[in-house]
Amino acid sequence: MITKRIIPCLDVKDGRVVKGVNFQGLGDVASPVELAKHYSSGGADELVFYDITASAEGRKLFTDILCETARSVFIPLTVGGGIRTTADFERVLACGADKVSVNSGAIADPSLIGKAAKLYGDQCVVLSVDVKRVDGVFRVFAKGGRENTGMEAISWIRRCVEDGAGELVVNSIDTDGVKNGFDLEMLAAVCDAVSVPVIASGGAGNMDHFIELFRTLPKVDAGLAASIFHFGEVDIRDLKDYMAKNGIPARR
Amino acid sequence: MIAIVDYGVGNLFSLKSSFAAVGVEAVVTADAAVLRAADKLVLPGVGAFGDAAQKLRDSGLADVVKEEAGNGKPLLGICLGMQLLFDKSFEYGEHEGLGLIKGNIRPIADVIPADLKIPHIGWNALQLTRETPLFRYIREGDYVYFVHSFYAADCDEAVIAVSDYGAPLTAAVANGNVYGCQFHPEKSGDVGLAILRAFCEEDAR
Repeated sequence: MITKRIIPCLDVKDGRVVKGVNFQGLGDVASPVELAKHYSSGGADELVFYDITASAEGRKLFTDILCETARSVFIPLTVGGGIRTTADFERVLACGADKVSVNSGAIADPSLIGKAAKLYGDQCVVLSVDVKRVDGVFRVFAKGGRENTGMEAISWIRRCVEDGAGELVVNSIDTDGVKNGFDLEMLAAVCDAVSVPVIASGGAGNMDHFIELFRTLPKVDAGLAASIFHFGEVDIRDLKDYMAKNGIPARR
Repeated sequence: MIAIVDYGVGNLFSLKSSFAAVGVEAVVTADAAVLRAADKLVLPGVGAFGDAAQKLRDSGLADVVKEEAGNGKPLLGICLGMQLLFDKSFEYGEHEGLGLIKGNIRPIADVIPADLKIPHIGWNALQLTRETPLFRYIREGDYVYFVHSFYAADCDEAVIAVSDYGAPLTAAVANGNVYGCQFHPEKSGDVGLAILRAFCEEDAR
């Protein structure tokens, strides 16, 4: 049977891995290539690289780092950040990315997902969405969680899946960085709305949060986290063993 | 030297890198002379069967691959490249494949329970059903990475491994010197690299 995936996320800026708490207060962790190798040999099922650079030089550096990673890491790589056109898809796919994640780019150009899915297949197009409750409604936030688009999240996700998004990374701004567990209520609403794989993000603070996630929401396919892995608070092999012990299928 | 057949589908960076990781030189080429000179061939592929089969024929490389495989040169098809080895696919219509392995490509929706997601995406365990040199470095239950919505059917004689996704889906096939993996060895970590290493050690028949 298919296993539940554990995915470390690497936010890369100016060639270094960073991770913010609620997207603020970035702090340097390690070299992206070394960290990627560490995770791959340490049992990660997949890696997500987000390019959070704004400058052209930073983008070039990111692309070089991606190529170097794909030369030495042989698990699926999802790449996001700054993906606004199909040319951006080409740029990262040529460096060994398997899937490309779009967020603000799809909000700015809602035809991007459809165009990319037609060119590269649904399995290649990942919708990444930052969700936050505003007056009790799930809203889509853009620009790294800084800007409320006003769009209702579930209908936006549905629309993107209809256009060809083959997988979702759903990040809760409300729980991100808080380390008090995943946003089960919001994720349940997403799982009910779509049938593509869902990667849960935001809020993991310990191993039990992953157990709670997969037990409560069997339709969630993967759990994504950054700082708890980067700072060694949770070891992926230990987490996989713990999942197996709790009856959750894990690749070991 | 390994030649990866480049007929204009998908990105082959990872595949080429994965051979480098097992210490074997691989070239990505659309040149028939290079394919003929190579020790082994790898047929990759992503996307839709009909489109890929057409591109392979239009490039003139379908005949080269068939001839070289017919001469006993080891050939490994990966993902859609594995599916192309078969007689026929029923993915959005009916399309001819290379006919190097007997069987047909059918939707996994035909055989799996309705509550399972399609595509079959993620890490699944291999059940090794037949002895094969390709698996000499891996073990029963090892995990590999899949992404597919169609599977190889009507090919019992060729199946060397299956994976359980509500039904046993064909994971790998072999017919003499012709091998195919539905999963992506180049994305399956150390297990995938071990399979590629075993393929690299195959001799022509």
